Amino acid sequence: MLVDKKKKKRSAEVPTSSLADMAFLLLIFFLVTTTIDVDKGIGLVLPQKGETIEIRKRNISNLLVNAEGRVMIDDQIVEISMLKSIVQRKLAENDKLIISIKTDANTKYRYYIQVLDQLKQAWGNKKTRISIAEPER
Amino acid sequence: MEFKKKSKADAGIPTASMPDIIFMLLIFFMVATVFKEFRGIPVRLPAARKIEKLPGKRNVAYIWADDRDRISIDDKFVEIREISKLMYVKCNDELSPLRVVSMKIDERAKMGFVTKIQEELREAGGGALNVNYATKTASK
Repeated sequence: MLVDKKKKKRSAEVPTSSLADMAFLLLIFFLVTTTIDVDKGIGLVLPQKGETIEIRKRNISNLLVNAEGRVMIDDQIVEISMLKSIVQRKLAENDKLIISIKTDANTKYRYYIQVLDQLKQAWGNKKTRISIAEPER
Repeated sequence: MEFKKKSKADAGIPTASMPDIIFMLLIFFMVATVFKEFRGIPVRLPAARKIEKLPGKRNVAYIWADDRDRISIDDKFVEIREISKLMYVKCNDELSPLRVVSMKIDERAKMGFVTKIQEELREAGGGALNVNYATKTASK
């Protein structure tokens, strides 16, 4: 009869077959969004206050950076991207070389970092020998 | 002869506990996720190639400086001449003495200003002499 047919057995359980898939999706979302934030940058050790060392003139290369980001090393105007190879050549001649960076007070920090990056690359894994002069007013 | 040893071993991986394992992983990542928290002032970092990682977050002081000569340390705007004192205090902290100073300076900042900050760090001495110019990784 019609009444009997309505007494169907309905499943009262929550379907769990797709649970794993759902958890996987969430897992992947969090995997992708997780950023393990690491601070990175160019390391440098500043000299102690009042610490001055006498350096022989022939061991110093003067590197000047002007306000427009133009670079001059030992009276030669060069591109920033060329610095690495130039400094490497100088280092091959004289491994006691110290580069003295002098910037203008209006030089943008960006150029300074670019120069520093090039010098760091030139030295490779050896200790970088840089001197930072007071900026020109 | 009879080969009775051909027992049928179940070769399937049991999947009943898979949701549990995945949930565990999920919970781990949910807990470990830090949605980029921002402290400091908005700066545009310069890019560089030869960069090194900072050794963890402890014992690191952050100095934020932007192109309008504003400096922020520990979520507070500070004057340039206050830096040396602040850093000196951090260096002599007994629990976690300062080891590295991470300088988050805007790429448009002027060198005259950056040098003033460095002079202050030299004044403080100790761990404040170890500076790290925060940069982005330059694309090739």
